[in-house]
Amino acid sequence: MKTVTAKFRLYWPLVKGLQTGLLLATGIAGCMSAHTRPDALVLLMLAGSLFLSISGSTVLNMWWDRDIDARMRRTQKRPTTDGSVTPNEVLRLGLALSVLGVGWAVAVDALFGLVVFAGLFFDVVVYSIWLKRRTCWGIVWGGVSGAMPILAGRVLAVGQIEIIGLLLAAAVLFWIPTHTLTFSIKFQGDYNAAGVPTFPSTYGLETTRAMIALSSIIAASSIGVAGVMIGVQAGILRLLVVLSMGLLLLSFATIFRPSEQVNFSLFKYASLYMLASMILLSI
Amino acid sequence: MKMTSTDRILILLTALLSGYQIVVGIDGLGTVPITAYTIAFGALLVAMLLMLILGFGVLDSPVVVIVSTVIPLALALGLAWEHLASYRILYLLFTLVGFAAIIVTRSLPFRGKLPTFVLAVVHGIAGLTIFLLPSILAADGTMKPGFALVGLGGAMIGLGGLLLSFLKAGRPILPRETILKVLPGLFMLMTACFVAGFKLG
Repeated sequence: MKTVTAKFRLYWPLVKGLQTGLLLATGIAGCMSAHTRPDALVLLMLAGSLFLSISGSTVLNMWWDRDIDARMRRTQKRPTTDGSVTPNEVLRLGLALSVLGVGWAVAVDALFGLVVFAGLFFDVVVYSIWLKRRTCWGIVWGGVSGAMPILAGRVLAVGQIEIIGLLLAAAVLFWIPTHTLTFSIKFQGDYNAAGVPTFPSTYGLETTRAMIALSSIIAASSIGVAGVMIGVQAGILRLLVVLSMGLLLLSFATIFRPSEQVNFSLFKYASLYMLASMILLSI
Repeated sequence: MKMTSTDRILILLTALLSGYQIVVGIDGLGTVPITAYTIAFGALLVAMLLMLILGFGVLDSPVVVIVSTVIPLALALGLAWEHLASYRILYLLFTLVGFAAIIVTRSLPFRGKLPTFVLAVVHGIAGLTIFLLPSILAADGTMKPGFALVGLGGAMIGLGGLLLSFLKAGRPILPRETILKVLPGLFMLMTACFVAGFKLG
């Protein structure tokens, strides 16, 4: 038992609990947004398969990026870089979680499984392995993979890929740059040291801030339109508008009154915004 | 000054109460009151979220004066529109002109006491409206007695606004530490009074 606990403690940081939790929340919200009262077993299978596949792709990313993680101060203490786990062990864990997660998802529903697999494929192969070190536009594909859990949840509930599912996916897709670009501004030095191209290093801070504002507008609009199409109550729609206004104001503040504080606020607020929006769309 | 866990809980409760009020507390009202109350409680909600993220440091931002104006102005407009039918347009004009005046006097480099005067007049009228109107309506039986709680909330928002304004002006009534210690509790009580007042009234 002690060994299992020790292993769990060792592996847990590889899963990035907060990030995985937030993506999992989008998946559950996608399913709940259909308001079809899915039974507890369906929700459990959705959560289990998504958790495993998101964790699997995160672990595989860490395995692939261990060399650049070692060069960035922010990531130097990850288990993959401080030597507490061997690369082979991380690879095996990542593959095992991914196969289990995608396999479980396919067993639940073929189309749901395909969307879950697409998320994993875009994240690991297209984003991390192919594009991350070549172009700053790789984050778009990272965003596409991040949008897959909510689409998968919606697909599981309604049985098809439809406009509301795509709008919800677009909301997450365009929310991700708000999150990652503020992050890349904050840790610009780290990314430069590791040789990873970012928007700030390629296009400068002003363009990056404009991109953040633009993506926030699109994300907030997509959530709003999806909310209307889902038919959420007027009160919930009001709250969504209020939270979206907060996101937009902070995004514009990054353009017109840029500062470390505004950047940090936007980064944190964007996460809160996404979590709150997901809960509201599920009610 | 560092935020304690109790401060965080109180601020989170204030944010949740504001969210609750936006979602269910103002249903069934007219378009203008709903919009006004949504703006008021929305500004309070976003302000509380930012305070949770940034701590009390957010109070040093110049935007605080504007946010602390939006909340009472929008609340007062909602109340006046609902309960003072013959003054609706006048109050709407006061709200728009007052808000514009505060933005102008805070954005441009005005000399003398004009910015403080504008702030005092706008806050004073809005604060008195929120305090007196619900209290009178509850006292004369037009509304249920519980509606007086909105007036109590108005008194607290006035107190909070006063403490913040003098703190921002560099002439705090109480030491900064005391104000920051009191503020989260005051925000929570104020919002609880508004929510309960609207529910019971």
